Amino acid sequence: MTDQAYNFAYLDEQTKRMIRRAILKAVAVPGYQVPFASREMPMPYGWGTGGVQVTAACLVPEDVLKVIDQGADDTTNAVSIRKFFRRVSGVAVTEATTEATVIQTRHRIPETPLHAGQILVYQVPIPEPLRFLEPRETETRKMHALEEYGLMQVKLYEDIARHGTIATSYAYPVAVEGRYVMDPSPIPKFDNPKLSDSPALQLFGAGRESRIYALPPHTQVVSLDFDDHPFQPTKAAHDCDLCGAATSYLDEVITDDAGGRMFVCSDTDFCGGRRAVGHTGRLGTREAPNPTRGEGASPPPRGEGPGVGGHAGQRAEVVK
Amino acid sequence: MYVAVKGGERAIDNAHAFLAEERRGDPAVPELSVAQIREQMRLAVNRVMAEGSLYDPDLAALAIKQARGDLIEAVFLIRAYRTTLPRHGLSQPVDTAAMAVTRRVSATFKDAPGGQVLGPTFDYTHRLLDFALMAGGPDAPLPADAGTMPPVPHGGKEAPPSPLVGEGWGGGAPRMPHVTGFLNREGLIEPAPAGDDTPPDLTRSPMELPASRALRLQALARGDEGFLLSLAYSTQRGYGRTHAFVGELRIGMVEVEMDIPELGFAVPIGEIELTECETVNQFKGSRTEPPQFTRGYGLTFGQTERKALAMSLVDRALRWKELGEDFTGAPAQDEEFVLMHADNVQATGFLEHIKLPHYVDFQSETELIRRLRAEVLAQREAAE
Amino acid sequence: MTGPLLSVRGLTRTYGARIGCADVSFDLYPGEVLGIVGESGSGKSTLLSCLAGHQRPDAGAVLFRTAAGLTDTVTMAEPDRRRLARTDWAFVHQNPRDGLRMGVSAGGNVGERLMATGARHYGAIRDRATDWMGRVEIAADRIDDRPSAFSGGMQQRLQIARNLVTGPRLVFMDEPTGGLDVSVQARLLDLIRGLVRDLGLSVIIVTHDLAVVRLLAHRLMVMKSGRVVEAGLTDQVLDDPQHAYTQLLVSSILQV
Repeated sequence: MTDQAYNFAYLDEQTKRMIRRAILKAVAVPGYQVPFASREMPMPYGWGTGGVQVTAACLVPEDVLKVIDQGADDTTNAVSIRKFFRRVSGVAVTEATTEATVIQTRHRIPETPLHAGQILVYQVPIPEPLRFLEPRETETRKMHALEEYGLMQVKLYEDIARHGTIATSYAYPVAVEGRYVMDPSPIPKFDNPKLSDSPALQLFGAGRESRIYALPPHTQVVSLDFDDHPFQPTKAAHDCDLCGAATSYLDEVITDDAGGRMFVCSDTDFCGGRRAVGHTGRLGTREAPNPTRGEGASPPPRGEGPGVGGHAGQRAEVVK
Repeated sequence: MYVAVKGGERAIDNAHAFLAEERRGDPAVPELSVAQIREQMRLAVNRVMAEGSLYDPDLAALAIKQARGDLIEAVFLIRAYRTTLPRHGLSQPVDTAAMAVTRRVSATFKDAPGGQVLGPTFDYTHRLLDFALMAGGPDAPLPADAGTMPPVPHGGKEAPPSPLVGEGWGGGAPRMPHVTGFLNREGLIEPAPAGDDTPPDLTRSPMELPASRALRLQALARGDEGFLLSLAYSTQRGYGRTHAFVGELRIGMVEVEMDIPELGFAVPIGEIELTECETVNQFKGSRTEPPQFTRGYGLTFGQTERKALAMSLVDRALRWKELGEDFTGAPAQDEEFVLMHADNVQATGFLEHIKLPHYVDFQSETELIRRLRAEVLAQREAAE
Repeated sequence: MTGPLLSVRGLTRTYGARIGCADVSFDLYPGEVLGIVGESGSGKSTLLSCLAGHQRPDAGAVLFRTAAGLTDTVTMAEPDRRRLARTDWAFVHQNPRDGLRMGVSAGGNVGERLMATGARHYGAIRDRATDWMGRVEIAADRIDDRPSAFSGGMQQRLQIARNLVTGPRLVFMDEPTGGLDVSVQARLLDLIRGLVRDLGLSVIIVTHDLAVVRLLAHRLMVMKSGRVVEAGLTDQVLDDPQHAYTQLLVSSILQV
């Protein structure tokens, strides 16, 4: 049921056309930040207005939309944005990565590989990878135009000189098709390899800074490094305590006062999917239904083990 | 056992319900009406219109009510609404010389045609809390000194003639030419730049730096009053000093006219209240070029003096390059710094976004720090 | 290589009615050091600024021998000029703080031009930086220190290393010894002289100090009020000045 007072997907057609033109320019020059006339949206700048505008410009009534934040469909901002689009466009929504045609994300790339025809829309706070080295926009624009990225490499050098390793763990800068240096949004560097040669179209929207950039399908994206200090997509050295996945990015959850902790997949759809087909982790059990898919969770599983502390059998209500 | 549950949606709904309760406050207290806000919190309404870039006192008052008095939140509501409105076209530039003036002061001359009109100002009040106002309410008697302040005129209301001007202004427009016009006639002040170009629209195209003066003024008009106030203050204290004199500060109603293509001429579509400030600043010139005073300009919706004054000072500070002055490193002179940080809706959005979950990135940082610490500690142990 | 490395024709820069530099022409050959002397206000800094592409002259050409032959750098596209400034050219500022990144370590400063031109091996960059620091007589263990921790003389030497690491053919120097103690100056001049000789650099050095040009420059141009009043071999000009102003300059030096 759409809100009749607004155009489909909230933005008027002129605005959508303007945004699409910017998207086309961005796709034509991968990694280059295209300025666009960002509109005032009903949610604050800094809370995803760029992503929302890009999604709104792309949506057609037949689309199936997934919205995630920190990898989860359930975090408050993802819920809020998903609700917004349901209200102003009436498109179907899903939590299943494989079923979605458009995925709007904040800070993560889904673990499930994307396929051709999907669009991944990233929310970007600061689009300029050089911003913290050079605060002036007039200067960074020139640096991109003239391919003057020495300063970026110097920063990485300084990290190694001081810490022994590159000290950037998220929003890790990348070189696109050997030309533009790009900020992939604050995804953990663990996700960087997924940027490259993806069958999906990846769009990046920065509302407050008024920039759109893009990675067309199958674009070569390389994380900046040194030959003798190569890029490492690291994550916590654990498996998911619920589904046992060894290769997915994990959230660390503190479970008791003593600092006991557990690790669970940040990608809730991925984790739930694995558990639905029987995978378990250290603290998951076969009988446990997947509480993140659908309503009406059954009684909690009685998991025990180190790190759970005295709360075995108790359901922790986490209202994010 | 930790189980992540679906709570986000319910949490949000409950939060909104709680918010609505808080907005209403104590139900025993009469509910505030939009009209009350519009009439009695007029300066708040003016600020919201100015920074929201939308002249509609009722909507601004509604926004203030909905925002529980948080003016930046109210500005946000107005801006979000404005974005959805269809554009019919551009008005003619308003003629502030024909303003029906409520208040007009000039610091540069003791008197000038049209006179010094104090109007409704706090300027000479003594800042003593007036407890008589606590008694005010729908049926409360007026306090003893009511009626000494002239009522504020709002389109259509009758108003008394100004005590300092010979002719009243209830009838025709008063003869009140701009003071800067007199300076201009003598060649003492740089001429106001004239141009017929359509100014760029900040809400329709991204800000480009370096910015033209028109674009700068637009950004400043929408900019946060507090931010501009501090910047203006800093110029007065030496961070890019411009020696500002208030040549003209006028507040009143102006007519807005719009060209109707089908008719072939412009028609008035309404009246709005504006505050206009022209400052006369540090002169430039040399031994070979006759010196002239320079200008600063501020224009805002409603009676928003502080904003218009601040805008003039910051406008002038930002003009250092075109006037051939030195860049002293003052923040108010730094165009990119000023324009990029003046918009309070953008600013608060980004500031407050740090409340959103950032635990994925925090996790990355934590892993990095753990690794680095482990290396350092291992090295230390090896050394011992 | 035949022909001059740099050929300047009719270079002029004015500020309204005031002359910055007027109608300056000269050729510079590979391995040559040209000194430009004059007092404050003579126009020598303006000239250097225009030559190095920091300012745009009002008239004239600055022809530099690139792989494509003599090319006018004044009319060159900005990206090309900036690339030139990072590779084939170098500029040593009077104040080392203007020519260094104070917030970056010494190693980072020296390595930047290498990284800007594609160097991607941390160890190799560090080795090159260490090597160059040695050549300018800065201890290798200071490679991770910030320039703010260095003395003025050390900062200046670091600036030289930072500039020379990519093997530029032409170096512009603006009063490189200004503000330094006499003994520090002497050491720096010695260093520069050695580098110029060893690397076959061409240098244009602006200074008001005749002792500097005596030591470093093969040829000399004397400037007054924006114009070149005398030019020739250094020793000839200093020992047998022809122009009245040059005579005044030379005779004003205190003989210690």
